[in-house]
Amino acid sequence: MQSNEIDTDAYFRMNKIRAFETAVSRLIREGEVAGACHSSIGQEAAIVGACMALRLDDYIAGTHRSHGHPIGKGAELKPLMAEILGKETGICKGRGGSMHLTDASVGSIGESAIVGGGIPIATGAALSAQVRSSDQVALTFFGDGAVNEGVFHECLNMAAIWKLPVIFFCENNGYAAVTPAKSTHGQSDVAKRAEGYGVPGVIVDGQDFDAVFDAASQAVARARRGEGPTLIEAKTYRFDEHCVGLFINGAYRPKEEIEQFKQNRDPLILFREVLLKRGHLPQQLDAIGEEARRLVEEAVVFAKESPEPDPAEAFTCLFANPIAQQAYERASS
Amino acid sequence: MSATQLITYLEALGLAQREEMALDESVIIIGEDISLYAAGGAYGDIDAKRIRSAPISECGFAGMAVGAAMTGLRPIVDFTIASFVYLGSDPIINQAAKVRYMTGGQFKVPVTYRASMWHNQANAAQHSDRPYPMFMNVPGLKVVAPATPSDAKGLLKAAIRDDDPVLVFEDNDLWAMREEVPITTDFVTPIGKAAIRREGSDLTIVSVAGCLRFALGAAETLAKEGVSAEVIDLRTLAPLDTYAILTSVAKTGRLIIADYAHRTCGAAAEISAIVAEDGFDTLKRPIIRVTTPDIQIPFSPKMEKPLYPNATSIAAAARRLM
Repeated sequence: MQSNEIDTDAYFRMNKIRAFETAVSRLIREGEVAGACHSSIGQEAAIVGACMALRLDDYIAGTHRSHGHPIGKGAELKPLMAEILGKETGICKGRGGSMHLTDASVGSIGESAIVGGGIPIATGAALSAQVRSSDQVALTFFGDGAVNEGVFHECLNMAAIWKLPVIFFCENNGYAAVTPAKSTHGQSDVAKRAEGYGVPGVIVDGQDFDAVFDAASQAVARARRGEGPTLIEAKTYRFDEHCVGLFINGAYRPKEEIEQFKQNRDPLILFREVLLKRGHLPQQLDAIGEEARRLVEEAVVFAKESPEPDPAEAFTCLFANPIAQQAYERASS
Repeated sequence: MSATQLITYLEALGLAQREEMALDESVIIIGEDISLYAAGGAYGDIDAKRIRSAPISECGFAGMAVGAAMTGLRPIVDFTIASFVYLGSDPIINQAAKVRYMTGGQFKVPVTYRASMWHNQANAAQHSDRPYPMFMNVPGLKVVAPATPSDAKGLLKAAIRDDDPVLVFEDNDLWAMREEVPITTDFVTPIGKAAIRREGSDLTIVSVAGCLRFALGAAETLAKEGVSAEVIDLRTLAPLDTYAILTSVAKTGRLIIADYAHRTCGAAAEISAIVAEDGFDTLKRPIIRVTTPDIQIPFSPKMEKPLYPNATSIAAAARRLM
């Protein structure tokens, strides 16, 4: 069992993700958000369990469902919310938006809207750590859809042969957008795919913070010892649609299934019950939730009050080393 | 005058890589069959962990190089044959070119992708691509194509030292070309600068990669006919040295572009558009593109060889302009 401090920190981070996503949904309804947003509600234990097993200087790469990952890793909320509103104060200066909340200051090295795109990035960061003889590790989040991309297999194999310090962390929420995993996977367990590459594959209950944290901690320790990658499959569930507010014509998952998860498998409720059994007081946990919501509302105010970007700024940030070309003066005729 | 040594284009590429790996321990190399060359001493006594002989997983290692570049290394990815760059193109285009921009400048991506344009060697269409124009169309990438042994060394070194993703399209048809190449490890060819290889006053021949030797050959023939051709070796395709092109065309009033790529949306097409937009009033005659036609590369040498630009086709184009 982990320390008191880990318990309360994890509960705080999970509440921050829940409050952040709830606020984003509200902003979408209010017409404040351009573009698509993908909510992590329902997947908080999986995200935070993975992130809490890492150090601040360890790397994470993620997915289009990007909000939870940097929050789980400890990022400040204001620049994240400002990014979602497309402001110059946003963490990516308004160039990334909801699908790409990336905060280098907490080791977040990119949230990719190309499915599976974060996998080679994190595997490469692990290669970098190994070459630099650093003891950093990298963790890549991806969904059940991404395991059918070639780069998942290519990178898992390279991580295995080179014993790279990388954790392949699948948030298996059962659906790739609106396509059920059972219709695109030859068998139901993503973790079993690890065996083909000589890598340990672990299945955990993604709604159970303790289970995820334990599995991730073991994988991180193994990676730091130089023993190579682990594939963790966290069986989880997203409570919202693929995109917030997306109208789906035709049911692809039963209403009863959604309700069952919301009623009985909500990771925040489950973790609260665990914490109460461990002797945490209800008012203490309420205060943590309250503080998370306060920080999120502060971030919303910051984002709304931040100035819009200057359109001319669209032309900056492309190159680290821009090459200045001599201007050709057209001869006047 | 700095010291030089007589080496081939291929040796110059190896030398550039070996020098940069010795100078900077953050430089690593990833590619297929690399271990053979490492065992043969091609990389000197460089730590083996910096030389990654990869499985045949181009998309995977092209993307890993981006992650490694974002976290402190300067990876060189060797695709060996340029046709294989397509397999690695998703992470080049969707990650390497976009990561810095999409994160608001939080990362630099100092990665070098090497691709040797195998062609004119009877290897048929899947080993004979010259795909540089596709990557000129991607903001965030730098693209170079050296035409001489000195630039093979200088541009590859510049690419490795650059803080942005650079694609180096090498020309296998030039591997045996010999030249005196500067010995100093400090020698680099600046990215973004074309070279005037021959001065002239009647027409401008802008040349891409190995088309240079044909352009120079054509200029020699034309000189005997009383036509003075200026030959510009582009060296860098992105960003284009538009100043060098437009200044030369303003002087000569005639433009031929010799480009190995297919005709549609090739480098020559872009250069033509730039000159039509910004140098139209300096043109005395229409622009001519001498390119590989829009057909796949056949295996049989009898069919393959005539498809590429050569000194005869460039000179013939020049005569149409005079």
